[in-house]
Amino acid sequence: MSEAEAKPAGRAIPAPAVTVESKPFWDAAAEGRFLIKRCTACGKAHWYPRAICPFCASDDTVWERSPGEGEIYTFSIMRRSPTGPYVIGYVTLDEGPAVLTNFVDCDPDSLRIGQRVKVRFQPTEGGPPAPVFRPA
Amino acid sequence: MSLKGKAYIMGAWEHPTRDAPDKTSAQLHAESARGALADAGLSFDDVDGYFCAGDAPGFGGMSMVDYMGLRNVRHLDSTETGGSSYILHVGHAVQAIAAGKCQVALITLAGRPRQGQGGRPGGGGARPGQLSDGPPEAGFENIYGGSTHNTYGMCAMRHMHEYGTTSEQLAWIKVAASHHAQWNEHAFLKDVVTVEDVVNSRMIADPLHLLDCCVVTDGGGALIVTSPEVARSLNRPKIKVIGAGEAPKGPSGGHGLDLTYSGAVWSGPRAFEEAGVTPADIKYASIYDSFTITVLMQLEDLGFCAKGQGGRFVADGNLISGVGKLPFNTDGGGLCNNHPTNRGGITKVIEAVRQLRGEAHPKVQVANCDLALAHGTGGSLGTRHGAATVILERE
Repeated sequence: MSEAEAKPAGRAIPAPAVTVESKPFWDAAAEGRFLIKRCTACGKAHWYPRAICPFCASDDTVWERSPGEGEIYTFSIMRRSPTGPYVIGYVTLDEGPAVLTNFVDCDPDSLRIGQRVKVRFQPTEGGPPAPVFRPA
Repeated sequence: MSLKGKAYIMGAWEHPTRDAPDKTSAQLHAESARGALADAGLSFDDVDGYFCAGDAPGFGGMSMVDYMGLRNVRHLDSTETGGSSYILHVGHAVQAIAAGKCQVALITLAGRPRQGQGGRPGGGGARPGQLSDGPPEAGFENIYGGSTHNTYGMCAMRHMHEYGTTSEQLAWIKVAASHHAQWNEHAFLKDVVTVEDVVNSRMIADPLHLLDCCVVTDGGGALIVTSPEVARSLNRPKIKVIGAGEAPKGPSGGHGLDLTYSGAVWSGPRAFEEAGVTPADIKYASIYDSFTITVLMQLEDLGFCAKGQGGRFVADGNLISGVGKLPFNTDGGGLCNNHPTNRGGITKVIEAVRQLRGEAHPKVQVANCDLALAHGTGGSLGTRHGAATVILERE
């Protein structure tokens, strides 16, 4: 699904704060690619992406394209919202790390822990598109 | 007692950069830490004390502990005195080491004022058109509408999933707090509520209802901690601090994320070990109650019941003074009484002191209350937080 076809969520996503460390992620996001960081020293993928591996302190971390697939670890439906309910939660990616995100394109009340989800990118307010997840 | 010679500086490393357009402040902190640790012949896993000041991006030391993946921190200090902070931190580190609170203290400083950002506390914003240098997790987390309500909601949702905890069980925590608050003339909410009242109140962030949430109040509080000599000279009951523990917890790279427990699993045992007592000895507990789920998880993590048994433990009035086995938050807590400036830690200690002095309201005063615990979790259980436990004894 292209961005133009993506159903906009009720809640606008603010522009993410982009740092020199995270810029490659957001540049790829603008092209619809979901990247994660993996350490070539210890082999582990981590999230959020860092220059230095949080598991072994090596700076041999590399960007890796991920299909952005995983399962819902947990979520909460935020009812107290002027733009309608929205869902925040964690996805456990198939590569291992858990990612904080919004679940979209779904009836919030139908979501279940363990449910398979896949990434898509959502436009933000003046920034690069942000990764959100929808039922697979 | 002199601290002379009680600690040594064994690693020191100055970052070679003088202009860092390609690195974040967090990265410079971590690279500096790695340099000093390598100089000492130590690793990140050896670090059990972390000291930083206002130049460290994020919330106190918690963002940097999480960024660097520090797993063994049991002493945190983010005292801010400007450029002298790090010299002051050396003195604080000596105190902590001499007291047995840590063995390897890491002190970091880093920033990028040449990039127009991050040079001083509160000055971390980027110039228009420039890249941000705020908390390293901000871009990946702050855009999703996270709040205390829904990040704690995520914890409750997972706890229910793994352990079968129910909304009715969580509601009992609010019910107990309301039973206590009715006797507190200053309580923000004085009405006694029922389990039905809680589960029928409107949903705020699933599965947390309005009455699962603490109050929002203006206010304040203060504590005076003295030496034994000063304590003996004063005409007040002597409430001795016999144990203290602390610990940060964060997603730490996201592997094995587990939102069903808090940093109390580390801070609690440290405090109990120092005090030489067990959870079964505690007569009264002040437990941080930003939400009902906060209480339930912390009670489990502190060892008042087994993991996953919190729902059964809090049910049927077990937290109500005079009724249950573990009277908690007899002032009405954050759930009913007070959560001044959205920080409930100090009121937890204050009510524990009242109980130990025998100065709590007669309707909620615990008989022969000579041993109490106060515990808090700050930040967010759903992302990164700092846990702190103290154990207090009436002398």
